[in-house]
Amino acid sequence: MKHSTFLLFSLPSLSVMFLFIAIPIVSVFIQSLHIEHKQVIIVTENCDPFGCETTTSVDTEASAKLKEKAPLGKFNGFKTYSNRMHFAFDELGEAWKSSDSFTVFVKKLYNYPLYRALSFTLTYTFIVTPFVLFLGFLVAVGVNNLPKMFKGPTIFASLLPMIVTPLVGSLILFWMVDGDGVIGATLQKIFNDNSLSLKASPVLTWIMLMVYGIWHLMPFSFIVFYAGLQTVPQETIEAATIDGASKFQRIRHVVIPHLMPLAIFITLILLMDNFRVFEPIIGFRAEAHATSISWLIWNHLRESAYPLYNAAGATSMITIFGVAILLLPVLIRTWRDFKEKNKG
Amino acid sequence: MIFKKLILVGFISLFFSSSLYAADCGPNGQSIRILASDFPAIHAIANSAESNCAGSASEFNRNHTTEARQIMNAAQTPNPAEYTSVIVANSTLVQLMNDGLVRPLDDLVEKYGGHLKSNQLITVDGKIMAIAFMANSQHMYYRTDILEKSGVDGIPATYDEVISAAEKIRAAGIMEHPLVMNLKVGWNVGEVFNTIYLAHGGEFFKPGSAEASINNAKGVAALETMKALVEYAHEDHLTQASDDTQGLWEAGQAAIGFMWGSRGGVILDNEGSSAEVTSNTVLSAAPTVTGGSIPGATLWWDGITIATNVSDSEAEATFAALVSGMTSEMVAANNDDAIWLIDGFKPGPAAAGVSATAQGGAKSYPMFAQMGLLHNALGAELVDFLKGSESAEQALSDVEAVYETAAKDAGYL
Repeated sequence: MKHSTFLLFSLPSLSVMFLFIAIPIVSVFIQSLHIEHKQVIIVTENCDPFGCETTTSVDTEASAKLKEKAPLGKFNGFKTYSNRMHFAFDELGEAWKSSDSFTVFVKKLYNYPLYRALSFTLTYTFIVTPFVLFLGFLVAVGVNNLPKMFKGPTIFASLLPMIVTPLVGSLILFWMVDGDGVIGATLQKIFNDNSLSLKASPVLTWIMLMVYGIWHLMPFSFIVFYAGLQTVPQETIEAATIDGASKFQRIRHVVIPHLMPLAIFITLILLMDNFRVFEPIIGFRAEAHATSISWLIWNHLRESAYPLYNAAGATSMITIFGVAILLLPVLIRTWRDFKEKNKG
Repeated sequence: MIFKKLILVGFISLFFSSSLYAADCGPNGQSIRILASDFPAIHAIANSAESNCAGSASEFNRNHTTEARQIMNAAQTPNPAEYTSVIVANSTLVQLMNDGLVRPLDDLVEKYGGHLKSNQLITVDGKIMAIAFMANSQHMYYRTDILEKSGVDGIPATYDEVISAAEKIRAAGIMEHPLVMNLKVGWNVGEVFNTIYLAHGGEFFKPGSAEASINNAKGVAALETMKALVEYAHEDHLTQASDDTQGLWEAGQAAIGFMWGSRGGVILDNEGSSAEVTSNTVLSAAPTVTGGSIPGATLWWDGITIATNVSDSEAEATFAALVSGMTSEMVAANNDDAIWLIDGFKPGPAAAGVSATAQGGAKSYPMFAQMGLLHNALGAELVDFLKGSESAEQALSDVEAVYETAAKDAGYL
């Protein structure tokens, strides 16, 4: 294909990407560099049915004038990135100096929202991703070996966790793991401990969130692997069988190499999805024990009276960089394979 | 012919009667649009405004949503605003005033508000900014039968007495976790701290400035009280808000509760619970600290406001319609839906807790412009202390640090 033809061909999608992806990202970045103008505060006497109190109010006229001059807000540079809400450089310096061992330092690190969120987000990503990949593959192989008449219904049932909206799915589970719920009460009975609560313990909350994540995402890897299994060349399988390969050897040496590009694709998508884990934390009301990067963005914007656009913008940029760093090894590998193939 | 005449007479008399007895609805043919939260008392006010004045308005729209707080600023900022009136509470009035989205009501009160009581008028710097119609606050709920069975004398009036009563109930083997409180991470847990901190006589900010001042002996004492209470609260307390605590209470799984007054009517009615629970549930004042006199609660009011960014005649019609509903007849018809501030209210058992708390001298929820930011910081940072992984001083200094960062970004410091 000629270069100019290719360019014309991809122009529509490129321009849409520019309009709806590139420009918003740049605007979010610019927003993250600005903070609100100084509010002009006046002391006022407020009276309500219960009495009068001296409090403060915003002088809206004076504040509006400031806003009109520079609608973007006050330029703040990268201070939003370095302050306590994000990388907390100053505080970490202090903590490093005042800690006598690395474990004490890590414990202090955990006190800052970004690091706390990162610790859960990364743990979640690196545990859920391999489990989903592996279990999805097992289910796909299992379904592929079923008699034809059972395949349809089994595929449908296996896809259900993906079809259920994450928020609804997690909410239903939240009720089930309650002390009065089916799962919660059963666990209490099994361990003979009436105060056992999946919601009160940090470790159990983390496990619950990850089990939920695996349950919810497995259908995705299953269905992609299942589609891939339909393309495994039967001649190679037959040849391997004639050579005396066992079932396991056929999967290990024929099927898995054939599905490798798919596995890389699924890994990429899963890493991205898991790094942005959000709904289960809301659904399970797990904020006390587990927060994620996406939850932080939501938290910055949650109070409509005081939306911290700069903090939300900064956390969003950090998310984008985080995803880029996560994907880098996989992308580099793909690029190398691609170049090698072209050489051959 | 006679039939036709009869119909005509009927119409004429109908026309006269409706125009004679109708409330004063202000200018005709205006559009009235109301944004409000979603609970029975607000429906009662809006219903009576609608039945009085929808006829003379060109449109009468109501949007009742529990998420009103989240959308009101965005909805009211454009000119013309999306709603001509927002029904607010203490904190949401501040939220709107911070952006200049409500107008002073002095002239409208003079014209249409003859029947309002003076304590319904919410004034900021001498200007009337809202008309309150109901009060609310947190207070104590207790089960007489369980307290009696476990040998507790009288009603616990201080936090220490609550804690020792809870211990007695636990020791008697009746309940392992006799307390319920709204401690869900975020707004709720922050609000519990606010109430107990106020009971200890604490101040949230240095006088005249937006600098937080909670990391002090009173703050630590408040946290210690909170921790002692939490020992006796349901294991999952960090996930529980009003609906959950109400559910536990109605299921008979709690003996002492700190819940909202607005839940009183719902808990005491004969739906969703057993007679054993409802007949033994009594609502009383929020406790004080030992030796103190301020009940651990924040008093709230709900009231109407009028938008800045609407035409004067729309504002007038909306105001006239809404205050036309604030009559003793409306109160008589909906007496148990709220603790009404309007004439004609007869306090029933469901109102006892809020009345006692207000009479005990509880403080209003503070109306500082920057209060929401501090409340947020409290909601996020106290959890580590309650889980036991942090000291009280550390938790409070974290709250101040988080507040400071957010307040700087939002321009308050």
